[in-house]
Amino acid sequence: MTFKYTKDHEWVKIESGIATVGITEYAQQQLGDVVFVDLPESDDDFSAGDEVCVIESVKAASDIYAPLSGTITETNNALESDPSLINTAPTTDGWIFKMTVSDTSQFDALLDEDAYNALIA
Amino acid sequence: MPHMDAYRVDKDFVGRHIGPRTHEQITMLSVLGFSSLQDMVSAIVPTDILDTSPMDLPDAISESDVLSRMRELGNKNTLVRTFIGQGYYNNHTPQVVIRNVLENPGWYTAYTPYQAEISQGRLEAIANFQTMVSDITGLDIANASLLDEGTAAAEAMSLCSRMAKNKKSGRFFVSEHCHPQTIAVVLNRAKHFGFKICVGNEDESLPENVMGALVQYPRTDGTVVDYTSVCDTIHAQGGLVVMATDLLALTLLKTPADMGADVAVGCAQRFGVPMGFGGPHAGFMATTETLQRSLPGRIIGVSVDRLGKPAYRMAMQTREQHIRREKATSNICTAQALLAIMASFYGVYHGPDGLRRIATRTHMYAKALATGLQNAGINVVSDVFFDTVACMGNADDWVARALDAGFNIRKINDTTVSVSFDETTTDSDVEQLLHAFGASFDGVLATVDTSVPKGFERTSDFMTHPVFNSHFSETELMRYARYLVNKDIALDRSMIPLGSCTMKLNSATEMTAVSFPEFSNMHPFVPANQTAGYREMMTQLEKWLCATTGYDAMSLQPNAGSQGEYAGLLAIKGYHNSRGDTHRDVCFIPVSAHGTNPASAQMVSMKVVAIACDNNGNIALADLQTKCEQYADSLAAIMITYPSTHGVFESDVRKVCDIVHAHGGQVYIDGANLNAQVGLAFPGHYGGDVSHLNLHKTFCIPHGGGGPGVGPIGVKSHLAEFLPGHTLVDNGAGHDGAVASAPWGSASILPITYTYIAMMGDAGLRQATQVAILSANYIAHKLEPYFPVLYKGDSGYIAHECILDFRHIEHETGISNEDVAKRLMDYGFHAPTMSFPVAGTLMIEPTESEPLGEIDRFIDAMISIAGEIEDIRNGNADPDNNVLKNAPHTAHEALADDWDKPYTRYKAIYPVQGLIDNKIWPSVARIDNVHGDRNLFCACIPMSEL
Repeated sequence: MTFKYTKDHEWVKIESGIATVGITEYAQQQLGDVVFVDLPESDDDFSAGDEVCVIESVKAASDIYAPLSGTITETNNALESDPSLINTAPTTDGWIFKMTVSDTSQFDALLDEDAYNALIA
Repeated sequence: MPHMDAYRVDKDFVGRHIGPRTHEQITMLSVLGFSSLQDMVSAIVPTDILDTSPMDLPDAISESDVLSRMRELGNKNTLVRTFIGQGYYNNHTPQVVIRNVLENPGWYTAYTPYQAEISQGRLEAIANFQTMVSDITGLDIANASLLDEGTAAAEAMSLCSRMAKNKKSGRFFVSEHCHPQTIAVVLNRAKHFGFKICVGNEDESLPENVMGALVQYPRTDGTVVDYTSVCDTIHAQGGLVVMATDLLALTLLKTPADMGADVAVGCAQRFGVPMGFGGPHAGFMATTETLQRSLPGRIIGVSVDRLGKPAYRMAMQTREQHIRREKATSNICTAQALLAIMASFYGVYHGPDGLRRIATRTHMYAKALATGLQNAGINVVSDVFFDTVACMGNADDWVARALDAGFNIRKINDTTVSVSFDETTTDSDVEQLLHAFGASFDGVLATVDTSVPKGFERTSDFMTHPVFNSHFSETELMRYARYLVNKDIALDRSMIPLGSCTMKLNSATEMTAVSFPEFSNMHPFVPANQTAGYREMMTQLEKWLCATTGYDAMSLQPNAGSQGEYAGLLAIKGYHNSRGDTHRDVCFIPVSAHGTNPASAQMVSMKVVAIACDNNGNIALADLQTKCEQYADSLAAIMITYPSTHGVFESDVRKVCDIVHAHGGQVYIDGANLNAQVGLAFPGHYGGDVSHLNLHKTFCIPHGGGGPGVGPIGVKSHLAEFLPGHTLVDNGAGHDGAVASAPWGSASILPITYTYIAMMGDAGLRQATQVAILSANYIAHKLEPYFPVLYKGDSGYIAHECILDFRHIEHETGISNEDVAKRLMDYGFHAPTMSFPVAGTLMIEPTESEPLGEIDRFIDAMISIAGEIEDIRNGNADPDNNVLKNAPHTAHEALADDWDKPYTRYKAIYPVQGLIDNKIWPSVARIDNVHGDRNLFCACIPMSEL
C-alpha cells in the first residue's frame, strides 16, 4: 500500500477505494503536543483543498485540508479522548478521517515519499 | 531673594509620573552617547516625521487642581434616581470590595495573566466569575468575560456561524424583544460579516432555515416567557439558540439551560459594578460542553504544575488571533478582568442565599409597583416579570411626571413606559413613583406575594462551591482578597517589562475621579441635560486626543483596542462605499503585525494580503510597491503599527503611507505603540487616515489584570462621518454603526486619561515619550553584550522596546526564552513579552515610569541569568536539572526537608542579594499547559483536589 503526501504535511493512503488521511511525523513534531482535534462530521462533502478540520496544539492551531475531493465516511473518534495519538502514532493510530475518492488522478498527483522528503529536507 | 515662582507646585506631577530623576536621565543619556533628550530624539526618530512643535493642550495643572476640576465637572452632571434598566442597574458595590479590590493597585495594575505562576490570585478570582456565570445560567462553561452585552451577543452569532449544523444558511434571527442597543450592535456586526438577519417577533412566527436565534430572557420590557418551544423549533432547523439574560433574575427563575439554550450572554454589571455611564462592565458568555472549544475570548482553566499541584492558567491559547490571524473568527483579545473580578467578589460576598435575597426583594418591589398601578386601573403589559414593569399610557407624560418626582424611567415607545427596580430600591421609591402616577402605595406591600411566576421557579442549586459559602464576615472577605492578591505580581511590587503592553504608572490621582458618584452612578441612557459634565469632559478629551495624534475627529465608543481596529476598518469601508468603490476589499498587513489586525480585517470581510518584511524587520518597500500595483483596483487599506511591532522607528513610514495613498488605499496606523510618539510625531500628519489609541497603554488607564481596555479611534476629516453612532443616544456621530452597547463605550474611566493629559501638558507628555525611549535604549545597551538585540532602526537605536533573541541560546544550551521568563519570577520580576512578535524572543518595554534603580535591578537580574546560562554552556550545570529549567521555585519545594537538586536552595531562591529583603514567592511551580488543554476544566478547583 502506497502512502502519498501533500505540501501541507498530510499523508494519504487508499484501501478498498477509501482514502485514510493523517498528518506526517514531521508535522506532529512541528505542532508539538496536540491537545484537541476538531473532527469533521461523517457525510460532509469536500473538494480537494477545502479546510476539513483543525488540530490544536499548545503552540499552534493548524488547519487540515482535504487532499482529495470526496465524502467523509469515518472519523477517528479515539482522538476525542486521546489527541496525543497524533504525536505518538501519526501514521497509524493517529489517523484523522477517511473519505471516498471521486477522482483517483488526484491521488496520483500527490507527492510520493521521495518528493515529500525532499520538501522537508 | 528667591522668587516665589520657585515654590509653586503647579507642574510637579510630571516628576511623579516619570521614574528617572533629571540627573539620572543625564547619566543614562551619557551611557548612550547623547548630551540631551533632544539629541537622542533627533538621532532616533526619522527626520521626515519628527515634529516637536507644541501640541494644542492647556498648561499642566497640579494633582490637587485636577481633582478640583474633576469635582467641578462631576457637579455639572445631575444625578437623578434612575430606574431605566435596559441592561444597566443600580447596585451597592460592597465597600470592602471597593477598598480591597477596585481601589487596590494589586488588582488594577496587574496585566493579563499570561505568566500564570505569578497570577494565581486573579486567575482564581476569574475562575470564580466563570463558575458563578456557568452555575447561574445552568450551562457547562463560561469565559473570563467579554466587553459588554451587545458585543457578547454579536460574538455568539459568530459562534453559531461556525458551529451550527445549519451554518451554511448564514441566516440569523434576532428577537425584537432584545435590548435595542444589543440589536444595533448585532445588526452592524452581521452586515459586515455578511450574515442575513431577520429581526422579528417570535410570538408571531419564527423564520425557517436559520443558523441561530437571539432572544432575551427576561425581555427588554421585563416580560418573562418560556423559550422551550422556541429552542425546539430552532434546534429542529439545525440552528443554535443564544439567550441574552440577566444573572440576578436567574437566581430565581428557571435557567437558559432548562429551556434548551445553547449559549447565554449578558452583562454582570448589576453584580456590584457601577453603571458608569455605560461601562466598563463584564459582559459574559456561557455555553454547553459541546461548544466549549468555540467560546470566544479568554478562558481560565485548571491544570497541574511541575509538582502535580492543581493550578489555574489561561486555557486554549492557540485559539487567540495571534496564532489564527485572518482565520480567527473573533478579534477579541482583552476581557473586562477587573470588572469580572469585582462581580466575582460580589458573588463571594453575598453567596447564593444573599443573591436570592436581593433578587427576591427586587422582584417584590416590582410586584408592589405593578399591584399599585393595577389598583389605580393602569394597564400593566404583563403579569409575568422579574424586576421590570411596563405599563401603557402617554409615555412622554409619564416620563415627565416621574422626573418631576425625581426619577428617570424608560420610554419604550409613545404608549409604553417601564420601570426597572434593583438592589437599591426602597419602599420610598415605590411610594413616590406610585404617587407620581396617581396611584396609591397604601397597603400595597402587604398584599404582595414574593413568589416567582408560576412555572418559572428555579429548581437547581447554584454557587455551591465553598468559596461562595464561606466569606460572609468582612474579616474573611478582606483576608480572602489579600490571600489572592499576595499571589500576584502587579506594578505595586515590581516592574512589569512587557513589550507592546506599556505598563506605566496608573497614578492615584488619575484613579480618583472614577469613584466620584457623579461619574460612576450615571445610567448611559439618561436625558442629555443630566450629563453636561460628562459631555464637557469628553468633548475636551476628544480635542486633546486629536492634538496628540494629529487627527481631526475622535470616537470614544470602542471599548477595547480590538474594537477600535474594527471601528476604524468600518470607517474605511464606509468611506470607500460612499465613493462607489465597493470593490475595494483588500487589506495589506505586514507579516510582523499583531494577529488582531488580520482578525479585525476578516470581521469586516476584507481579504488579507501579507506584506513581507526585510531582514531588519521593516516593511519591504519593493514588495509593497509590487502588491500595490497588483491590487491597485481592490486595495482598501493597509494596517501598520508605528513604531513597528519590532520596536523600531521605520525610516520609510511616510513613503509607505504615500505609496498606499497613491494606489487608492487608506492607511490604518495601529496605535499600540503611540506612547513612543506623543509629542514627537503625529500619525495624522505623516500619513495615517485612522488610528486606534490604546488608552490603557499610552494614556494610563490601568490594565486591570486583563481589562478594561479603551480603544478610541482618531480619523482625518474625510472619515469623520463614518464614526460609530448609537441607536438611542446622540453621541455626535448619528444613530448607525454602533460597535459597542454604550454610546461612549467605557465612559466612566475616561477621567483617568483626562486627568493624565491635564496634569502632564504638552511638555510633560513629550518628556514621557522621550524617557520611555531613553530607558528602553539604556536597557538594550546594557544587555546587548549578553543577549543579541534582534532589530534596530536605521539609526542603530530602538524605539521604546527591545527584542532580545534567545534562539541561538536555545540551540546551544537548550535554555529557551520561556525558561528565562520563568526564572525571572525567582528574581521577583514579571517576565517580558514572550515570543511576540518573534518566536523564541523576549520583548522588553520599561516605560517612562520605572525608576532607574528598578531598571538597573532588572538589568542585574538578566545579567545574572546570563551567567546561569553560561554555567550550562560550560558544563558547570546540568542541562536538564538546573535553576532555569526548574524555575520558578516555590517556597514549598525550596524549604522541604528533601532537596535533591544539583544546586543549592540559596542559589535557587536568592540568586541576587537584594531578594533577601524582598522575596516574592511564586505560589505554584511551572504549569503544564498540555495537561490543562487536553483535560479542559474551567471552573473553581474542587475542594477534593486542593
